[in-house]
Amino acid sequence: MNKVKVAILGSGNIGTDLLMKVLRSPSLECGLFIGHNYSSKGMVKAMGLNTPISDRSIEAIIENPDTCELVFDATSALDHIRHWDILKKTGKMVIDLTPSSIGKMCVPVINLNESLKEKNINVITCGGQASTPLAYVIGQTHEEVEYIEIVSTIASRSAGPATRRNIDEYVEITEKAISTFSGCKKTKAILNLNPAKPDINMQTTVFALINNLNMNLLIQEIIKMVDQVKQYIPGYNLVVPPVCEGGRVTITVRVQGSGDYLPKFAGNLDIVNCAALAFAEAWAAQRMTEGKKSEKATTRI
Amino acid sequence: MKRQLLVYDVTLRDGSHAIQHQLTKNMIVSYARLAESAGIPMIEVGHGNGLGASSLLVGQSLLTDYEMLEAARENLVNTKLGIHVMPGYATIKRDIRKAFEIGVDVIRCGAHCTEADTTERHISYAREKGKQVFGILMMSHMASKEVLVEEAFKMESYGAEAILIMDSAGAFLPQDVTDRIGALVGELSIPVGFHAHNNLGMAIANSVAAVEAGASIVDCSARGFGAGAGNAQIEVLVAVIEKMGYTTGIDLYSLLDASDLAENIFKHPPVIKPINIVSGLAGVFSGFAKHVERIAIEYNVDPRDIFLKLGKLKVIAGQEDVIIEVASELQRGNQKNEK
Repeated sequence: MNKVKVAILGSGNIGTDLLMKVLRSPSLECGLFIGHNYSSKGMVKAMGLNTPISDRSIEAIIENPDTCELVFDATSALDHIRHWDILKKTGKMVIDLTPSSIGKMCVPVINLNESLKEKNINVITCGGQASTPLAYVIGQTHEEVEYIEIVSTIASRSAGPATRRNIDEYVEITEKAISTFSGCKKTKAILNLNPAKPDINMQTTVFALINNLNMNLLIQEIIKMVDQVKQYIPGYNLVVPPVCEGGRVTITVRVQGSGDYLPKFAGNLDIVNCAALAFAEAWAAQRMTEGKKSEKATTRI
Repeated sequence: MKRQLLVYDVTLRDGSHAIQHQLTKNMIVSYARLAESAGIPMIEVGHGNGLGASSLLVGQSLLTDYEMLEAARENLVNTKLGIHVMPGYATIKRDIRKAFEIGVDVIRCGAHCTEADTTERHISYAREKGKQVFGILMMSHMASKEVLVEEAFKMESYGAEAILIMDSAGAFLPQDVTDRIGALVGELSIPVGFHAHNNLGMAIANSVAAVEAGASIVDCSARGFGAGAGNAQIEVLVAVIEKMGYTTGIDLYSLLDASDLAENIFKHPPVIKPINIVSGLAGVFSGFAKHVERIAIEYNVDPRDIFLKLGKLKVIAGQEDVIIEVASELQRGNQKNEK
């Protein structure tokens, strides 16, 4: 089977972990792994994996447009804004892993098909990927959802300088995502960093205030949803199935990372990469079908 | 000359924990007036976990942040109005900006004691707006003095004008405080302060140790109203530090009257309950107590077991969601044992 060529912009931890995932993918091939310094850890790792690399940042794609059909941008929000200005003219599919919020928010288990129609999608935040599937189920199963709140706790060591500087943006984007996917107007997101050793796994709790609660239905649908999410985020586990305590509905999931390049405890970083990969593979599948259709069309002529 | 200490009153913020964040306008107005007349230099007002913290996780407050701050603002002239802010709960755009519009004087940016760099933007924003800014290292029993010094330096570099460490779990003994405050005072060029909790009955003793080690700011509250077993009792602490030879600028008689009124407002003065002792020993945030008590009843498990398990998991303030997980695990364990 032909593979769809992708480029990874950004050779930091996220980009390098993504590379490992792409190399394992049956439908994707890494056309170019791009950073700006050959001696960075990520670049050295990529060299060892016989991946084509470049240190020319976005220039590398401008100079060699055939190197990829799809671009993962794992740089920074500011860089992504500049990159998108250039990439949108090339018609390439762009998956944004930065918090720039330019593109459509994508949670594969919820809105994969709609997202496939877009040219720029973003994978929100770790808390967003972990909580929106649950918030979505709450919104789908209940008409009167007064309020949804999500609390995520991640290992200190998994939060880099950018995460730390951008906590306000994290909160804002995550709240918007919960609201968008659940239909509930009043939402709140909280983030904790825990330095405990050994490093803790990411944990996310969804709290909700719901009128006319149908607990049996909620439990049943949440369990189904968690199974679906596990299809593309293997370390996603339900640790507290829906319970109603003190008038609030509580659901907790824990996310262990795949341990590709990032350590296993960094489930928060793994989860956004898993979501990006799930989207990219679906996009590649769509691309293949389109390809076959146009082949058929050609033969008929 | 006698050294002046800054007495910082957290009755209307930490005290919120004691009444599940149900502060009313009337309570705030009455206490703010008394604080003003007693000459208390600064009072902190808001939800127990600070600005933007009203939530299902830690409890929803009766009034909005702004209703609380406005009620206090209208009744303060010389006494400064402070807020507690933790990044991850409060954001600049959504919360801090509006609090500043209401006329907050002092902002205390807090983070778990190893995560000071999450406060960089909030501290510098507040300084740019001309506010007085303190950096707060919470749950400070969970870090060595070396780490605390390092984290305090970060906050100082962002613009914090003083650093306080909080004994959020009430876990310290006086020697622990002496070591940590001593190290901070020795290394930092800005004032250092201490915030006590009374879980092990050490709030006054620990505050005295802090002052003796060079702290120049002490947190306290009327009757000790605060999370868990409460804070250092302001009327006792002021009497004690004045006896030690320091000045506070506070009129003791008016302060004593204020504390009587605080008891009328808050109804049940904090006592050290068994659950608070276990919380202190386990090193778990004092604010967990009410949630643990409630959930322990719901799941029919021993609240002390919950605290000890939480202590082993090294949970920090803000991880109240883990209580349900631990309680349900204990419940399953109990059921197995019965079988």
